Amino acid sequence: MERLPKWADVVLVPLISLLLAAVIAAVVILAIGQDPWEAITVMVQGSVMNAYGWGYTLYYATSFMFTGLAVTVAFHASLFNIGGEGQAQLGGLGVALACLFIPWPHWTLALLGATFAAAAFGAAWAAVPAYLQAKRGSHIVITTIMFNYIAAAFLIFMLVDVLRPAGQMDPATANFPEATRLPTLNQIPVFNLFFTSNVPANVTLFIALGMAVVVWLLLWRTRLGYAIRAFGKSEAAARYAGISPFMIVMVAMLISGGLAGMMAINNVMGEAERLLQNSASGAGFIGIAVALMGRNHPVGVVLAALLFGFLFQGGAELGLWTKIPIEMRIVVQGLVILFTGALDMMVRMMLTWVFNALRAGRTAKGAA
Amino acid sequence: MDYATLLQILDSTLRLATPLLFACLAGLYSERAGIFDIGLEGKMLMAAMASASVAFLTGSVWAGMFAGMLASLMLAGIHGIASITFRGNQLISGVALNFVASGITVLIAQRLFGQGGRTPPLEGDARFSPITLPFAEELRGVPVLGPLYHEVISGHPLLVYVALLAVPLTWWVLYRTRFGLRLRAVGENPAAVDTAGISVVGLRFAAVAITGILCGLAGAYMATALQAGFGREMTAGRGYIALAALIFAKWRPVAALWACLLFGFFQALALRPDVVQAVVQVKVPVPFLDALPYVLTVLVLAGFVGKAIPPRAGGEPYVKER
Repeated sequence: MERLPKWADVVLVPLISLLLAAVIAAVVILAIGQDPWEAITVMVQGSVMNAYGWGYTLYYATSFMFTGLAVTVAFHASLFNIGGEGQAQLGGLGVALACLFIPWPHWTLALLGATFAAAAFGAAWAAVPAYLQAKRGSHIVITTIMFNYIAAAFLIFMLVDVLRPAGQMDPATANFPEATRLPTLNQIPVFNLFFTSNVPANVTLFIALGMAVVVWLLLWRTRLGYAIRAFGKSEAAARYAGISPFMIVMVAMLISGGLAGMMAINNVMGEAERLLQNSASGAGFIGIAVALMGRNHPVGVVLAALLFGFLFQGGAELGLWTKIPIEMRIVVQGLVILFTGALDMMVRMMLTWVFNALRAGRTAKGAA
Repeated sequence: MDYATLLQILDSTLRLATPLLFACLAGLYSERAGIFDIGLEGKMLMAAMASASVAFLTGSVWAGMFAGMLASLMLAGIHGIASITFRGNQLISGVALNFVASGITVLIAQRLFGQGGRTPPLEGDARFSPITLPFAEELRGVPVLGPLYHEVISGHPLLVYVALLAVPLTWWVLYRTRFGLRLRAVGENPAAVDTAGISVVGLRFAAVAITGILCGLAGAYMATALQAGFGREMTAGRGYIALAALIFAKWRPVAALWACLLFGFFQALALRPDVVQAVVQVKVPVPFLDALPYVLTVLVLAGFVGKAIPPRAGGEPYVKER
């Protein structure tokens, strides 16, 4: 059997997987008695046909870039970090503490400080499952999932019993001070030509894009990145080459947790401007889909994050304007993970078959 | 803590351990055959929704239970096709199906009942009712053992006893039948099974189907016995806790029973803040109790497992040599 050309493997396989997921999603919409064409129209209208929609699409995409990169770094060390959700919530706690208790003179400094706090808290939350995996062999998939539940309970405790201002009913922190307010895209020169009204997408978008470059440099241009990828490909070979498995598991998970935590500067500092319950709202899990769809490469992750930004914003519009519940987003997310991550071999087999048929046709013609 | 309180906690322990036990045994069949299944959670959720919906619509808990098993089998089938036929990543397939289940259960329940993704509360024959075991009333007066028999062992819905019986049955199937020997072999060394002329694919699909049926029972129990209806995300991580129990039990059926009872006990404790406070003598905030089963799961995985060696071919798709 001939192999697939590289361009087909990189471009066609994810696109066909996505198409299959979309077809199944359409069948689901039909099955609950709704109109898939109407659904896609509403989604496109509400997310990419005007500046307001783009403002939200880019805002969600920013979060997904962080969590997608987080999953990617762990994947390259052959670790499956499902704990992005909890790490992002802890990152939110870091941001809230930094914004509330340090008197920042200017938003640039506040952004710097909050980013460090978010990354540190996210990394700390990933550190325990990482240590248990590296030292005690506890399965990281299960421990990170448990840590998601623990994070949710811990955040409720912090919001209800510790950080909630006196006299306030809803479990949330006080509003962050004015000096920590991040500029949104409509307040940034050049971008304000397109974004004329207030949008949630903010300056964090550029940090996310910057982190994509940093992750690419880290994985493919540094000694540490080489060690992470070598460990991910073959633990035995890495060990033989003098790479410490303990060190790689810890470092990869700390970077992963840090990236997931950094997502909080987008949603907590950039948008809500206070810490709410369930602040990550599923973005940690979407990181898994984004990383798989993006084939674990920063460029792919950025593109996949944009796609999921569209799906997330479009899904919210569905919940507003149609009878399709907002949970449709989770179904689509699951389908994309299924087709790009688990059924990719099926797509590849189908494509190989098509390519071989084409090739056979061409040789037959050449012979005649 | 007095004896009556202890009995109450043990009673909830058994009730809460039952779905874990079904799911844990479900995972045992699958993983012993070399197929990892993170998707126990999703299958339980799907079964819970299907059984509650059908039980409400037909008024029969039995119809509900079979619908739950069928729904869970469908997800198991997809997992089988992805991980056996197309040799995909088993962890990713499981995670994906969990998301699909999480969303689609709400979609279907909303379409059927329009109550924000819940089913209406179940009553009467649409639920499993408690069974009083023979002599429970008569033996009640016997000191110590009488109340234990009456309060803890008797008076549960049928599925609790089915789960308990599934433990020796699983042991027998696994260690005393030809099927069980082959199942264990296919999880350790599928090439050897193939050489003996037995179908690796067939055995693995059989294991995945058993997993589907048992997860179906777990979900049906959740929605029609433990609670009266389906609510979104009602399984709350039980599928994952069952996996932790499976690792703790080192993939052995009888040990799985004890592991599930232990995790059930943790969940029962979380429901009794008064008892926990009386024991530790400090006011414990409610979120801490909510997190307790998950924290203890991590602690058990971290500290007490010892060396847990999974089936050798677990997670590896089998490629026949050409």
